[in-house]
Amino acid sequence: MSVLMTLAAVAVLALASFVLSRQRALASAGGNPRLMHSLPGYYGWNGAISVLAPALAALLVWLLAQPMVIEARISAALPVGMVADPAARELAMADIRRVADGLDTAVAAGALSLDQAAALTAADARATLGEVGVALGAEVSDATLSAARDYRATSAWGAALRTILVLAVAVAGLIWAVSRSHKDFRARNSVERVVLGLLIAASSIAVLTTVGIIWSMVSETFDFFSKYPAKDFFFSLTWSPNFRGGSELGILPLIWGTLYITVISMLVAVPIGLFAAIYLAEYASRRTRAWVKPLIEIIAGIPTVVFGIFALVTVGPALRDWFAEPLGLGNSGSSVMTAGIVIGILNIPFISSLSDDIINAVPQSLRDGSYGLGATRSETVKQVILPAALPGIVGAILMAASRAIGETMIVVMGAGAAAKLSLNPFEAMTTMTVKIVGQLTGDTDFASPETLVAFALGMTLFVITLCLNIFALWIVRKYREQYE
Amino acid sequence: MTDLSAAAPALPAPRQKPSLLAPSARMRRRNAAEARFRLYGLAAIALALATLAIMLFTILRDGVSSFTQASLSFPVELSAETLDPKGNRNPAELSKVTTIGYGKVLTAALLAEVERRGIATDLSDKDISALISKDAPGTLRAQVLADPTLIGTTIDATVFAAGRIDGFLKGRVTLESAERDSNISPEQLRLAQQLVDAGMLTSAFNWSFLTNPDASDQRPEAAGLGVAILGSLYMMVLVLILCVPVGIAASIYLEEFAPKNRWTDAIEVNISNLAAVPSIVFGILGLAIFINFAGLPQSSSVVGALVLSLMTLPTIIIATRAAIRAVPPSIRDAALGVGASKMQTVFHHVLPLAMPGILTGTILGLASALGETAPLLLIGMVAFVDNYPSLPPEGILDPATALPVQVYSWASRSDPAFIERSNGAIIVLLVFLVVMNVAAILLRRRFERRW
Repeated sequence: MSVLMTLAAVAVLALASFVLSRQRALASAGGNPRLMHSLPGYYGWNGAISVLAPALAALLVWLLAQPMVIEARISAALPVGMVADPAARELAMADIRRVADGLDTAVAAGALSLDQAAALTAADARATLGEVGVALGAEVSDATLSAARDYRATSAWGAALRTILVLAVAVAGLIWAVSRSHKDFRARNSVERVVLGLLIAASSIAVLTTVGIIWSMVSETFDFFSKYPAKDFFFSLTWSPNFRGGSELGILPLIWGTLYITVISMLVAVPIGLFAAIYLAEYASRRTRAWVKPLIEIIAGIPTVVFGIFALVTVGPALRDWFAEPLGLGNSGSSVMTAGIVIGILNIPFISSLSDDIINAVPQSLRDGSYGLGATRSETVKQVILPAALPGIVGAILMAASRAIGETMIVVMGAGAAAKLSLNPFEAMTTMTVKIVGQLTGDTDFASPETLVAFALGMTLFVITLCLNIFALWIVRKYREQYE
Repeated sequence: MTDLSAAAPALPAPRQKPSLLAPSARMRRRNAAEARFRLYGLAAIALALATLAIMLFTILRDGVSSFTQASLSFPVELSAETLDPKGNRNPAELSKVTTIGYGKVLTAALLAEVERRGIATDLSDKDISALISKDAPGTLRAQVLADPTLIGTTIDATVFAAGRIDGFLKGRVTLESAERDSNISPEQLRLAQQLVDAGMLTSAFNWSFLTNPDASDQRPEAAGLGVAILGSLYMMVLVLILCVPVGIAASIYLEEFAPKNRWTDAIEVNISNLAAVPSIVFGILGLAIFINFAGLPQSSSVVGALVLSLMTLPTIIIATRAAIRAVPPSIRDAALGVGASKMQTVFHHVLPLAMPGILTGTILGLASALGETAPLLLIGMVAFVDNYPSLPPEGILDPATALPVQVYSWASRSDPAFIERSNGAIIVLLVFLVVMNVAAILLRRRFERRW
């Protein structure tokens, strides 16, 4: 029985358990729900859960375990020459799986009967499977074919056993739940415990994601450092990956490009964002504010790839034609300046809305005191409000910087791909995110340092942005003025 | 002090008596500073809005034209000799005639029509046939294979014109630029002009831009967003299914049940940090775990949806928690007071009341997921896909692409016609985003309740 059919059967059993448990509990109370501990529905739910939970758990465990057990068995039976080292073993297993799948497809398509599949010889396996659209790279060896047959047989046997086990567990759950259904049974508590477990599991997914991020990058990063010296990665001034070997993978030019672009973007975003926030919070009328604030926030809702196109098609050529070429600073449309300015624009609403909230949180009494002493509005802003709001604003700026560092599409489309250490802002440079995309798209070989370096770059990026965010939160918390 | 002589001249000069009516020089300076400061604020807002306006304007200017498309219409004689040499209308036999055969049919028909209308040109037959899109023979072939009774008749075919001709009608390709272009010559453009005058070459709304799959580098005129829209749709539905229940469950736990201890603290810190992790890191996670470790197929919408779900989860949790927190405690107290359990209170009373806020946050989270590009590049969704994914559930394992990724992959092709398509794709993407955001705003307006 296929997995889907098994699931359907379990669902039917769960429904049956729901109805039976509920009826039995009601019957035990003589049909009067008021004599029962819980509402009748809870008895039903308890019945359904008692079927579903163990059966699904058994199915999941089996689905995860079966391939591992079978592969261990098959590879133990293979000739020693085919499983000399892990890579060869992986290849041999992949071949076996492909042949086994091919046999399945052939049988399903009716090209082979079961007997023919069993009698198929290695010599004509490839041709036969080719006819049903299963392309095999090389001729099939006898060992592979017999292993594949073995694989099929064990898999089929495993599937049968799985169905039996899962259904048995489901039926056992049904019997147990129905037998427990009595008017005094605390069905609601038992159901609520399961629901609470589900809620806890859901909230743990956030932690699991972080664990997944760290695990996925740490293991590959270690793999990278075993193939490429860490000292060269962190201190070399050259980035020239070469998939034929002998590449130099120094991160410094990438960090330089990233930081240069970030600084330019902050030079754009901070003054504009901050002044916009000040104007909206201190000067604008209620009506203006109600219109302008959402308009500025539209910028934050536009996908970054749109900004990328803007950099590529509009900003880049404009900067090249009006500034770089007349000043003799270069003739490249993609440049640090292009990417920096566009990321700056992207960050304006981020800074302005965060700062706006922070400025609004400064109590009115401070403003009134300043006005009472005869200060003008701008003097109040500069000498009272900004100092009071400074930690929050610094926090907002750091968070915006972390966003700029991690920004990908704009730099991919606007900054260029050449890793350079240069001061000229009109020259194309590149960033860590660009190189992550570059090294991981297209055909990749997860054994070469040129691919694995992307994980080390990702790890560096993750650590930098995480530190910036934690630092920002720390500043906000430490220097927050406590009013009232 | 001993140094009396230093102190004596330090006496201030007698101050002018300040007047309330005439501002002093200092007051004027301060007022000027005030005006300047206010102006900086205005300038900052004007600059931000102007940039937004310029960006939207350039996108509209460059992109609107992708919704119209030049096509050639002329009668095509589908002669049985060439298309069905055996004459038995057997589909297997018919499909042996390749697009090259249909290309010849189209070329002959166009030449005949040009001659019949008496349009004089000294171009070679090959140059004239280059006016037809390279996609046209394939379209005609599919049409004939779908309806073999057409063979032997003469149909009024409407086929795409080549990309450069399309550009000529839209003003992107001019006689001057054609001089430098190896793909088109000024003479061909003049012929195109004559065809326009004769009414054979017309521009019309281009539905195929929304329905066609992607097309190769040589055929920008045939490239469409069909696969990308479908892929994005699959992913959004999957994100909705995966992310919303988990997000709501997590928020309920953290807001209503979680005891204050290290584990819940860790979860809280985690969620706020995850919201700040660069999106590309989620792409690395997807590549390492879902593709390399779990063995899910590359470029499939299910992997994209998993990655986007993990990315959107913090946003949804934050919005949902705010919505749950906004439900006043009196509701909970009342429910508990009449004997509801904690769980019943939450599911029967708090959650329904928080629903509008949750929905608003969910839509906004989905909107940001819809526009996300970078992580999808890493899981292979940038690959060239010209087959529609099949229907779910199997379809979620088929290779697909997404709207923002299509924008990127078109923008990185060399033909300028693809930049137009790219901007057109942005317009489609922005329309979807506007619809989602407007829905969120309306939902908030309609159901928002102040306690």
